[in-house]
Amino acid sequence: MDWEVVIGLETHAQLATHSKIFSGASTAFGAAPNAQACAVDLALPGVLPVLNRAAVDCAIRFGLSTGATIASRSIFARKNYFYPDLPKGYQISQYEIPVVSGGAMVIEVEGRVRHVRLTRAHLEEDAGKSLHEDFHGLSGIDLNRAGTPLLEIVSEPDLRSAAEAVAYARALHRLVTWIGICDGNMQEGSFRCDANVSVRPRGQEELGTRCEIKNLNSFRFLEKAIEYEIRRQIELIEAGGAVVQETRLYDPDRDETRSMRSKEDAQDYRYFPDPDLLPLSIEAVWIDRVRAELPELPDAMQQRFTDDFGLSMYDAGVLTASRDMARYFLDLLPCAENDAKLCANWVSGELAAALHRESLEIQDSRVSPQQLGGLLKRIQDGTISGKMAKELFDALWQEGGEADALIEARGLKQISDVSSLERIVEALMAEHPAQVAEYRAGKEKVFGFFVGRAMKASGGRANPEQLNAVLKQRLKAE
Amino acid sequence: MDLANTSLRQLASALHERRISSRELTQAYLERIGRLDGQLGAFITVDPDKTLSQADAADARIARGEAGPLTGIPIAHKDIFCTEGWLTTCGSRMLSNFVSPYDAHVIEKFAAAGALILGKTNMDEFAMGSSNETSHFGPVKNPWNLAKVPGGSSGGSAAAVAARLAPAATATDTGGSIRQPAALCGVSGIKPTYGLVSRYGMIAYASSLDQGGVIAPSAEDLGLVLNTMVGFDTRDSTSIDRPAEDYTAALGQPLKGLRIGLPREYFSGGVSPDVARAIDAALEVYDRLGAERVEVSLPHSQLSVPVYYVLAPAEASSNLSRYDGVRYGHRAAQYGDLNDMYERTRAEGFGAEVKRRILTGTYVLSRGYYDAYYLQAQRVRRLIVNDFREAFARCDVIMGPASPTVAFGFGEKTSDPVQMYLSDIFTISVNLAGLPGLSIPAGFGASGLPVGLQLIGNYFSEGRLLQAAHGYQQATDWHRQVPDMARA
Repeated sequence: MDWEVVIGLETHAQLATHSKIFSGASTAFGAAPNAQACAVDLALPGVLPVLNRAAVDCAIRFGLSTGATIASRSIFARKNYFYPDLPKGYQISQYEIPVVSGGAMVIEVEGRVRHVRLTRAHLEEDAGKSLHEDFHGLSGIDLNRAGTPLLEIVSEPDLRSAAEAVAYARALHRLVTWIGICDGNMQEGSFRCDANVSVRPRGQEELGTRCEIKNLNSFRFLEKAIEYEIRRQIELIEAGGAVVQETRLYDPDRDETRSMRSKEDAQDYRYFPDPDLLPLSIEAVWIDRVRAELPELPDAMQQRFTDDFGLSMYDAGVLTASRDMARYFLDLLPCAENDAKLCANWVSGELAAALHRESLEIQDSRVSPQQLGGLLKRIQDGTISGKMAKELFDALWQEGGEADALIEARGLKQISDVSSLERIVEALMAEHPAQVAEYRAGKEKVFGFFVGRAMKASGGRANPEQLNAVLKQRLKAE
Repeated sequence: MDLANTSLRQLASALHERRISSRELTQAYLERIGRLDGQLGAFITVDPDKTLSQADAADARIARGEAGPLTGIPIAHKDIFCTEGWLTTCGSRMLSNFVSPYDAHVIEKFAAAGALILGKTNMDEFAMGSSNETSHFGPVKNPWNLAKVPGGSSGGSAAAVAARLAPAATATDTGGSIRQPAALCGVSGIKPTYGLVSRYGMIAYASSLDQGGVIAPSAEDLGLVLNTMVGFDTRDSTSIDRPAEDYTAALGQPLKGLRIGLPREYFSGGVSPDVARAIDAALEVYDRLGAERVEVSLPHSQLSVPVYYVLAPAEASSNLSRYDGVRYGHRAAQYGDLNDMYERTRAEGFGAEVKRRILTGTYVLSRGYYDAYYLQAQRVRRLIVNDFREAFARCDVIMGPASPTVAFGFGEKTSDPVQMYLSDIFTISVNLAGLPGLSIPAGFGASGLPVGLQLIGNYFSEGRLLQAAHGYQQATDWHRQVPDMARA
């Protein structure tokens, strides 16, 4: 049977606000347990939530960036359940009327461009953490994270493979970090996905029974968990079984998903509008202000890079992988005579490799756009060869400084003047008369021999193009 | 100084003129509490050392000439207001060990004004009750007759003021919890417009209905205290930001032409004859003061009790989820797993009425019942709001009884919750609409127990309500009557 996979993602993006969504406590990561939980976060008797405007700004930014509708009036609701790291016994979220509805993300997988529709994005608070290690027979509760603002972004079930799901998650990750609403740190849980996965016979309209895989906090786990789940469901159905609607957890150590709770155990959260918070009213001026502060979006910039600079969609994609990457590239361009292709090659080649080696982000690059531009200029004017340029880049990376000074100090300057090259070539020909004769007899392979020898003789500094020209001319001459 | 017959305003003058010190005044009240409260049970916590040190600070402030109207006045606070360093129990075993690490907004305001905390008053558990019989710390007794209830949930505040154990007391009103006990104890009590008094630090029962207010002997005293208590607070999203108002400004202005709306539904049975007689007599006083009677109708007021007993428990079931034994408050001594800890902690920590309301609230919010109960109740709530809007197009103040009966006996209604709930029939709709309401003493009914006249105003009409109440109190002396025990 030919199976079609149907996937929808729910993504929790932790919003990059300084304080929590309903209290003034700091959201900084890594403080001592409960050091960043104030009376409101601890849910002391009598405390009340007050909405952080900065979190709403983030939601509006996201809505505007995805072509969604920003609700002029949305409602905060209480989701009631008991858990030790949920201090109030309810989570403040949005239920019936979210702040953002609709919108779409564009992804490209294996050359196919797809629009993934978004259902909604709503604001809510995160819970704290239960710590089960370090306490003999007891659990510890850390409420530092309690009340951290989250934007839950829900996609329509428009994704058709694990690869598409990952492409969507990556695109979303790029967007939320690009517009500055989320730091995107997946290890710290700032960006995590739940995947709803089902399969159906191709051509069938009705959706299959879905399972939800919770808390996938890396793109690799997302891909592997979905792939496992697809296999599991297909094998189950083909063996005559049926998928049970349930929540599952992915175990990366064993690369499998396991049942966490079935639909029957699903809790009744008894949602109702939170009487402590007024409806959130967002007027047009607020939206306009946020729109005015919005940067050029990654998709638009990627398109512009292909249109204006003649870069491939792939190159443009690499250069717009993050806003810092794009900024670096745009800073580099004027330092390198606006040779976009050369700049793109170096940024996605040598620079990316060096960053990767040292696990650095581009904003922490040890070679600035100005330094790299100085180097590229010397390639452009023929002062150095591509090979030397790589050596020079390593020197810049290790030692810093300016390209020109390093070229001078290391004697990396290319030999381009014809008379010098002629001297080298003539000496070689005198040394190897047999090879000269072979070449002249039509054995053109020998040409490479002379290039190699000449390069060696010049200490690698011979300008390859000039050298070729001189060699051709001399070898041909009777 | 004869504390049984001195108003708050007179106390304030005495302090300002240095005829008495705050320490002396406070000691006198503490002495009365020590002598009389054993019979009443109006206070859960009294801490003379803390209070007297605040009195000394107030005396120093008065000496510096920096005193405000309430500086040096001891005020009792319902034990629902969080007070830093004080036990704050909300009348529950669940919080019987909870010492608040912070002050409610209201407490901050009184502290800034130089008022002192005289003690924390008893109340129905989590403000759920109309008789003060649900308190974990025992019932409060009515100073007019110790065999009768003081009303609830602010029974401790009402009884304390009635027995003149405090010149004024804070209270809260979710369905009548200020006005009904004020009526049953023969004192004055006001519940302001929803949003005027910050709920920050006021332990939540039903958030959309809860409102802080005051109980004191007279309308004038209420105005003085309200002047300090009302105020915008950024920590309460439902707090209303409007210019400060002097609630005593209109006191003494004539009532001629005041249009008094009399809702047909409040005068058509369901009220005991002695209460009805007292209310009629009070209305005649207003006639003599030049007010006009206007018949109005509040057709949906009959539905206010069922609507309230859907919405308030729904909110309460969620508000009280935080009492889980994890972070503070009572925790069962013995338990197995996590769920067992929750179950035992809450089974032990909450009393029967609180459990009943949590169960009711959980039920009406459950999947499959939400639309039929919660949403339907919200719709009817809007109809009740509309009733009042139409009525206030034709009148300035609505009047009627605050309670259908005078104070009843202990245990009389505890076996039938619905009978108990009906004692709030005249007060509940005011909370559902978020309007200000006030109760003032209006004579006595059967067996010499006080009757309360309720005045309901349009939004933000506290000044006018107090003016109307004050006019009546200038013409009568019911508010100056004190129970025998208070004269001792």
